[in-house]
Amino acid sequence: MNDITEIFQAMSYGPAPEQADYVEDWLGRHASGFELFIDGQWCQPQTSTETITSRNPASGQVLGKIASAGKDDVDAAVAAAAAAYPRWSGLPGHERAKYLYALARIVQKNSRFLAVLETLDNGKPIRESRDIDVPLVARHFYHHAGWAQLLDSEMPDQQSLGVVGQIIPWNFPLLMLAWKIAPAIAAGNCVVLKPAEYTSLSALYFAQLCQEVNLPPGVINIVTGAGETGEHIVRHPGIAKIAFTGSTPVGKKIREQTAGTGKKLTLELGGKSPFIVFEDADLDSSVEGLVDAIWFNQGQVCCAGSRLLVQEGIAQRLLEKIKTRLQAFRVGDPLDKAIDMGAIVDPVQHARIDALVNAGVAEGATRWQPAIDCPDTGCFYLPTLLTDVDTSNTVASEEIFGPVLTVMTFRTMKEAVALANNIRYGLAASIWSENINRALEVASQVKAGVVWVNCTNQFDAACGFGGYRESGFGREGGKEGMYEYLKQREGKSSKAGNAAPVIATPAPHADDAGRGTGAVVIDQTAKHYINGKQVRADNGLSRMALDADGVGAGRVADGSRKDIRDAVEAAVKAGSWSSATAHTRAQIIYYIAENLGRRESEFRQRLMQFAGASRKAAREEFAATLSRLFSYAAWADKFDGAVHTPPVRNVALAVNEPLGVMGIVCPDVTPLLSLVSLVAPAIAMGNRVVVVPSERFPLLATDFYQVLETSDVPAGTVNLVTGERDALATVLAEHHQVDGLWYHGSAAGSAAVELASACNVKRTWVNHGQPRDWLSAAQGEGRQFLREACQVKNIWLPYGDESRGGKGGY
Amino acid sequence: MGDNTITAGASTPPTGRDKQADQPSLSLVDSVVRNAGSDFHPAGLDAVRINLSALERRVSSLAGRRTVKKQWQAAWLLRAVSFIDLTSLSGDDTPGRIRRLCAKARRPVRADILAALGAADLNLTTGAVCVYHEMVSTAVDALEGSGIPVAAVSTGFPAGLSPLETRLREIELSVADGAAEIDIVISRRHVLTGHWQSLYDEVKAYRQACGDARLKTILATGELGSMANIAKASLVCMMAGADFIKTSTGMESENATLPVSLIMVRMIREFYEQTGQRVGFKPAGGVSSAKLALSYLALIKEELGDAWLNPGYFRFGASSLLGDIERQLEHSVTGHYAASNHHPLA
Repeated sequence: MNDITEIFQAMSYGPAPEQADYVEDWLGRHASGFELFIDGQWCQPQTSTETITSRNPASGQVLGKIASAGKDDVDAAVAAAAAAYPRWSGLPGHERAKYLYALARIVQKNSRFLAVLETLDNGKPIRESRDIDVPLVARHFYHHAGWAQLLDSEMPDQQSLGVVGQIIPWNFPLLMLAWKIAPAIAAGNCVVLKPAEYTSLSALYFAQLCQEVNLPPGVINIVTGAGETGEHIVRHPGIAKIAFTGSTPVGKKIREQTAGTGKKLTLELGGKSPFIVFEDADLDSSVEGLVDAIWFNQGQVCCAGSRLLVQEGIAQRLLEKIKTRLQAFRVGDPLDKAIDMGAIVDPVQHARIDALVNAGVAEGATRWQPAIDCPDTGCFYLPTLLTDVDTSNTVASEEIFGPVLTVMTFRTMKEAVALANNIRYGLAASIWSENINRALEVASQVKAGVVWVNCTNQFDAACGFGGYRESGFGREGGKEGMYEYLKQREGKSSKAGNAAPVIATPAPHADDAGRGTGAVVIDQTAKHYINGKQVRADNGLSRMALDADGVGAGRVADGSRKDIRDAVEAAVKAGSWSSATAHTRAQIIYYIAENLGRRESEFRQRLMQFAGASRKAAREEFAATLSRLFSYAAWADKFDGAVHTPPVRNVALAVNEPLGVMGIVCPDVTPLLSLVSLVAPAIAMGNRVVVVPSERFPLLATDFYQVLETSDVPAGTVNLVTGERDALATVLAEHHQVDGLWYHGSAAGSAAVELASACNVKRTWVNHGQPRDWLSAAQGEGRQFLREACQVKNIWLPYGDESRGGKGGY
Repeated sequence: MGDNTITAGASTPPTGRDKQADQPSLSLVDSVVRNAGSDFHPAGLDAVRINLSALERRVSSLAGRRTVKKQWQAAWLLRAVSFIDLTSLSGDDTPGRIRRLCAKARRPVRADILAALGAADLNLTTGAVCVYHEMVSTAVDALEGSGIPVAAVSTGFPAGLSPLETRLREIELSVADGAAEIDIVISRRHVLTGHWQSLYDEVKAYRQACGDARLKTILATGELGSMANIAKASLVCMMAGADFIKTSTGMESENATLPVSLIMVRMIREFYEQTGQRVGFKPAGGVSSAKLALSYLALIKEELGDAWLNPGYFRFGASSLLGDIERQLEHSVTGHYAASNHHPLA
C-alpha cells in the first residue's frame, strides 16, 4: 500500500531505511578478510589460519572474515604494548589528553558510519546505535581526555599499571571498547583489546581511526578471536591488569586464572536487575521505562531491568498497560529508523533465550507475546512477558539476556527490597515512585552498583558503572573508574625493619607445645570473640602461641571452619552497624582508642613480651595504633561520595557503601598495629568483620577484644577467630556470605584466596606476600584502605516539574 | 487510578485501546460522539502521578523511534493539514483578513501539488478556522458550503477574568453567530488554588452555554504551576464535558510542548479507559514546523491509537504551520526545496 490517499486514510508507517551502502563498500574492500591491529600495523595472524565469519543477524548476510589471533599474536600485541608503555605513560597528561580528544572528535566525525556498521554487525536498531551507543562513545573519550589532563593534579598518589588486557562483549561492541580503552590510555596504560567474536567490526574500524589520529603504535592493539584468544590474554604474564565484561561464569573463570598472578582485575558481569514499581509511580512512564529497561538492545543488556516487581494493588493495571504498549511495538529490520527492536545477535543466543523461556513455562510461568509483525527470516524474538513466575522458577533467577520480562508482585516496600535482593547478582535496580522518601530508602537498601530512580539504563562517562555481588567488581566511568587503571604510589617506609616479610615460622600446634609458659599467677583464657562474646573453639582445641623467642606465651583457641561459620553468621546479623550513622561509628572508634589508651602500659608490655618488640618499638607501635584509630574515627564521616554531573537534568549520587561482611586476615608484623590498621577502616566504613589475627602473635588480638567489649562495639561487628591463617582464610574466601576479603600473608596464601574467591566473585585485596610498613602513614593508612572497604553505588535522580520550551505563538 | 473509577453517563467502558475498532476517516468528523462528561470525582485527581523527566525521555526517544518517509510523509502531512485550526487572533483582524484566512482554509494546499500527489480527490481543507467573536459571522459566511466549522475563542480569552455573566453570554453570542466550536479559557486561579469543584462547575456551565457547539477547554498549561496540575485540570475539564482539551491560548510565554501534550494525551486515555468516551486534543501555539507536526501525529498514534487521528479528536492550533507543510509537500513532489512566496498567503 503506497497510494497517498490510502496512507492518508490508514495513517500507517512505511519503511524508513537508513542508508548503508558506504559501509557495505568498506566491507567489500575487506572481503578477503580483516587483519589484526598490532603495533599500529595491520598484520596477518602469524600461525593461526582460522577465521570467524561475521554475519548480520537480521539477514544472515556475511559481513566479513575475522582473523583469529593465536598465542603468538597475543604475545606480539603485548610486546608492542609493553614497548609503547614507557613513552606513553611518560607523556605529560596534556599530551595524552590531546590524543583522547582527537579520538572523541574522529568518532563524532564518523558517527553515522560507526552506527550503521554497529547495527549491521550486532542487529541493534539504528536508533540506538545512532542516538545512544555512538554518542556515548564520543562522550567517553571526551570525559577521559579530561582525566588525562587532570591526572597529575587530581590523583597525584596514583600511577599507571602497564599493559592492560581487555575483553569485551558483543552487546555494545563499540561502547564497551570505549569504556575500556578511554580510561586505560588516559591513565597512561597501553592496551591489548579483544572484541567479541560476533561483533569485531566496529573495533577494527576504530583501529583505522587510531591510525588516522596518529596514535603512537602499540598504545592500542586490537586482536580478534574467540574465547581462546581471550584466554591467551588472561594468562599472559606481561599483562598487569585484566578488564573483562561478559558473563558471570566466564568472569569466575578469569578470576581463577588470574589468581595469584598479581594482575589487577575488574569484572563487569551478568545481572538480573529488579525494576520496582510502587503504587505511587507514574505508571504510564514506568511502562516506557520498562521498554527502555528490557526491550532496549533486544534485552541483551547486562543491567537490563529483567525482573518486574510491581505492587500487588496495581499489578493488573500495569500489566494491561504493558500489553497495550507492546501491541504497538515494532520489531524488524534494525536499519529501519522506525522500529523498537532489532535482531538477536546470533542464532545461538536466540536458541538460549527460547530454551530458558520454555523452561520457565514448563515450571509454571505464563507466556505472553504481542500479536505484532515479526520478520520470518533473521534472528528475531518477540518481546515476551512471563507472569505467574514464582521465586523458585528458573527464569526468576537465571539471566535470560533477551527481550523477556518476568513479573512478580509485592505487598510492601520491605517485601519489594527483599525480593529485589533475593538474587546472586547486584548490577542495577530501577525504582519507580513519586515519593522521594520511599524511592531513596529503597535505593539505599537494594544491593546494586547502579540505581535509577524513575528512569532506567542511563549511562554516562562521568558516572561509575559496575556491580555488587556476582555482577562483578570495579567501576567504569567517573573518578571511581579511573582508580581501576591506576595503582597507589607506595610511599617510602619510615623504618625498613617494620616492613619485614611475614614471619614464616608457624606457631606450633597444641600437641607440640614446646616449653611451658613459665610461672603465671592466674591462667589466662584466650578465646574467639564472636557476636560480642568470648567463645571457645567449636572443636574444643587450643593452640600454643609462642613469644618471639619461641617460648610458649599462652594458649589461644584453635579456630576451625565452624568458628568461621559462627563468626560470619554473627557478622551477617549485625547489619545495624552498616546502617548506623557515620558519626556513631566515629564515636565508637574514638571510644576504642580511649579505652585502649587506658591500658597503654599493659599493651606495651605485651608487645615486648609476646611479639619481641623493643621498648622503643613497643612504644611506637602503641602510639601509632592509637593514632590510627583516631584517623579512621576521623575518616568515618569524611570519606564522602560525590555528586556526578552527567549531561542531563539529574543528580547522580556516588555513594560509598560498605561491602557488607568482610574477612580480614592479618599479618604477623607489628601485630597490634596491623590488626587495627585493617579493622578500623573496614568498620569505619560500616563493614562488619571477621578477623583472623596474626597467626604468630594472636595474644595481642585476644587482649584487644577486651577493649572492644568495653567500647560499645555492637555484637557481631568485629569478630575474632584465632588459628591457622591460610586454612581460615580459605574458609572465608569460600564463604558465600562474605562480600570482601583482605589477606595479608604469603604469596601462596594470596593466590589461594583469589582462587577461592571466584565462587561468589567477592572483592579481594591481597598482599601477594609483599610486606607493608604499617608504621608509615603512606603505606599503613589512608584513602586506599577506605576505597578497598567500600563499593560505589551510583544513584541517578532525574528531577524537574517545570515545563520548558514551547515558545512562540501561532 | 485504582478504584477511583470515573463512571460515565452513557457509553460502555472499553477494555483497552481498540486501535483497530473504527477506522478513522475525515467523514467521521460529523459522527463524532460528544463527551457527556461525568460527575465530579475528586478522588480520581488524588491518584495523579506525573514524572516530567520520564515524559521528556519518552518524547525525545519517540522522535527517533517513529518517522515517516517518502509517500508516507506526504500523506501524513496532508493529514496534518486536515487537523489545523487555521487561526487569526489579533487585535487588528478585519473582515478582509478573515476572508483571506477562510479562503486558505478551503484550499490549504496548491491544487497542482495535490494533483501531483494524487490527492486531488481528498477535497482537503483545514480542520476549522479559529477567530475572535467579532469575526465569527464573517468567517461563517466565508466558509459557507465548505463544511469547515468556525471556532470562536471565548470567555474573556485569553485571561478569562471577565465577569462570569459576560463570559457565558459571549459563548451564547458566538454560537448564535454560527460558531460550531467554542474555545474557552479555564480560570487558572481555580487550578492554582486547588479549587477543582469550582473549575468543574465553571466548565460545566460553559458546556451548557455551548448547546450543540463543541467545547474546547484551553488549560493555559504554561500558567498552571506544575505537571500534576496540568493532568488534574485535564481530568476535571473532561469530567465537566469538554469535547477537546487544548494546551494554550498562544498568548502565554510558554505554549504547546510535547511533554505537556503527553500528559494531556495520557489523561485523555485514562478518561477513555474509565468512561469509554473519547475526548479530543489540541496543542496550540508553538507548532510551526512540519517536522514537529509529524512528531505530534506519532505521539497521538502511539499513545492514543489511530482512532484519534481524526479531526474530530485532534487539531493543531496554528497558523504558520501550514506554510511549512506546503513547502515540504512541494519538495516531496519536485525534489526541490521550496520558497514560501510560491504559496498563497493565509
